[in-house]
Amino acid sequence: MTDSPVAPVQVPGTVLTIRRTGAYHAMTLVAPGIAERFRPGQFVALAVGGERSSMLTRRCFFVREVKPDYGGTVEVVFAVRGAGTQWLAALRPRDILDVAGPLGRPFPLPRHPVRCVLVGEGHSGAALFPLAAVLRQRECTVHFVLGGAESDHVYGTRAARRAGDSTSVVTEDGSLGHRGRPEDLLAAVVEEVGAEVLYACGPTETLRAVSRIAVRYDLPVQVAVEEPMSCGTGVCQACVLPVIDDEGVTHMARSCVEGPVFRGERVRWDDLGTIPFDAYGAPRSLLPGSLT
Amino acid sequence: MTTDLETRLGGLTLPNPVLTAAGCGGTGRELGRFFDVGRLGALVTPSITPRPRAGRPAPRLAETPSGVLNAAGLQGPGIETFLSRDLPWLAERDARVIVSIAGGSVGEYAEVARLLGDAPGVAAVEINLSCPDVENRGSTFAAHPSAAARLVRAVRASAPRRLPVFAKLSADVTDIVGVAMACADAGADGLSMINTLHGMAIDTTTLRPALAGVTGELSGPAIRPVAVRCVYQVHAALPEVPIIGIGGIRTGLDALEFVLAGASAVAVGTATLHDPSACVRVLRELDGALKERGIDRLVDVVGLAHKPAGSVHRRIDPNVGLAVAGDAAGAGSTEPIEQETTQ
Repeated sequence: MTDSPVAPVQVPGTVLTIRRTGAYHAMTLVAPGIAERFRPGQFVALAVGGERSSMLTRRCFFVREVKPDYGGTVEVVFAVRGAGTQWLAALRPRDILDVAGPLGRPFPLPRHPVRCVLVGEGHSGAALFPLAAVLRQRECTVHFVLGGAESDHVYGTRAARRAGDSTSVVTEDGSLGHRGRPEDLLAAVVEEVGAEVLYACGPTETLRAVSRIAVRYDLPVQVAVEEPMSCGTGVCQACVLPVIDDEGVTHMARSCVEGPVFRGERVRWDDLGTIPFDAYGAPRSLLPGSLT
Repeated sequence: MTTDLETRLGGLTLPNPVLTAAGCGGTGRELGRFFDVGRLGALVTPSITPRPRAGRPAPRLAETPSGVLNAAGLQGPGIETFLSRDLPWLAERDARVIVSIAGGSVGEYAEVARLLGDAPGVAAVEINLSCPDVENRGSTFAAHPSAAARLVRAVRASAPRRLPVFAKLSADVTDIVGVAMACADAGADGLSMINTLHGMAIDTTTLRPALAGVTGELSGPAIRPVAVRCVYQVHAALPEVPIIGIGGIRTGLDALEFVLAGASAVAVGTATLHDPSACVRVLRELDGALKERGIDRLVDVVGLAHKPAGSVHRRIDPNVGLAVAGDAAGAGSTEPIEQETTQ
């Protein structure tokens, strides 16, 4: 467990705006204290269903943008997937919900101006925009590769065109930009722009492919995982994935506190959903007691 | 007039009765970012095992109505790392620490208890009895009075005499009172109840079990009535044995419910997943709830629900200095006995 540099806050958040954006919803909350603590790649954990909710796990979303207005606002982008996100989508301005954040390990930033490629798939791509803003401040060049299943599942193409030096768009059905997946385009983009650093955010398949390409080109790669989180604060240990540490030992790392940003080549993508036999603390025998 | 929230668990005195439940409050650092862990009555650690454990594969957790089903498999770094890394951090912050211990055999539990030894900052030991006993075909210790007693006796013998030992019981048994009695007879200084209930959820999208572990452990407000029943039954049978009430506590009133059933302290578990400040909020709400009811001392109402309606808690009015033994004499009176004052 890493002590994050700045402790998060837990505050009542007031909905300022909520709107549709393609297949997703973008919600801006007034949540004082989060904006000044936030660093790109971090997320917020929202309580859903009101004070007496029967839904006890938090819904965690990457932060799209923070602003100092009204004491501090936070924008998140989410997809409706179940009862909790349905409840969120039905919120209206002035509604109040409990917000904890900013949480998690942020994207490490390059010290020098370098050429960066930012890969996003689906609504998680929202996490790339605050990153792009900081990279631009550091005089890095920023090239976006954005993908989604179909045109309305690609998040942020217009914002990317404003913020990036180039933007490539790819959809699985070919309804917007190229047909395929982000990783199909990535190698070409990496070569064309002479990428020095890769950042990615999205579903596992995308992150696994991006990490492979980074290894092939010997580039540093930082990925923000979408692993489903239940508390966002590190207590429930539900969001683990096998990650190799500095000593070469695999640990079941919690994506909410040790992540959500990991070095892509350190995540054992092929072993997700398992406890690798050589993981730290893996069961050593198949007797019943060592499996529970 | 402030409410006196001090509580006693056998030989252990705590400034307030609100604890974290094992495995739901992390090792302190997680919640320490939201409030000072020294404000807790005590922090109960995740179950500490003799060796590191990687736990179960993901998915480990599923949300169920007013509950959470989990199969995390006691992931943890083991006793050595706990002693060298986590415990000193807690001791630095003056947190009172109750160490939950687990293992696959009686010997493993005893080993952990022995290694805890005289580590500074440990206030008590809680035995997680819900682990399968490798030496008994994987049946859990909590399931049989004799297995539970055997384990409690071994831990009691290995743990330093000064450390109170609590046995955490499972409600997945036919007769929890029998198990409670066996634990008390074997030397447990107190009982923690209840642990999670065994459950299962199936994902209707994937058409498969929601958890990689197939079955899991249910916690949260969904199990609260079961927990209150267990505390009530065991307190009725063993009124002198202190109880830590656990199971779906989310508010101060939930905590009060457990106290009335017979718990001297309460532990907040799943609510912490929903609200990282749940423990301090429950403490504040419990304080308010006692004030509203004119109760000056928490210990006066432990187990009050067992007394006939109309009886009131023992109360000493500082203005007149008269002891009003309501619970002894007031069984027939309908009005709570209170001294009129001129304030």
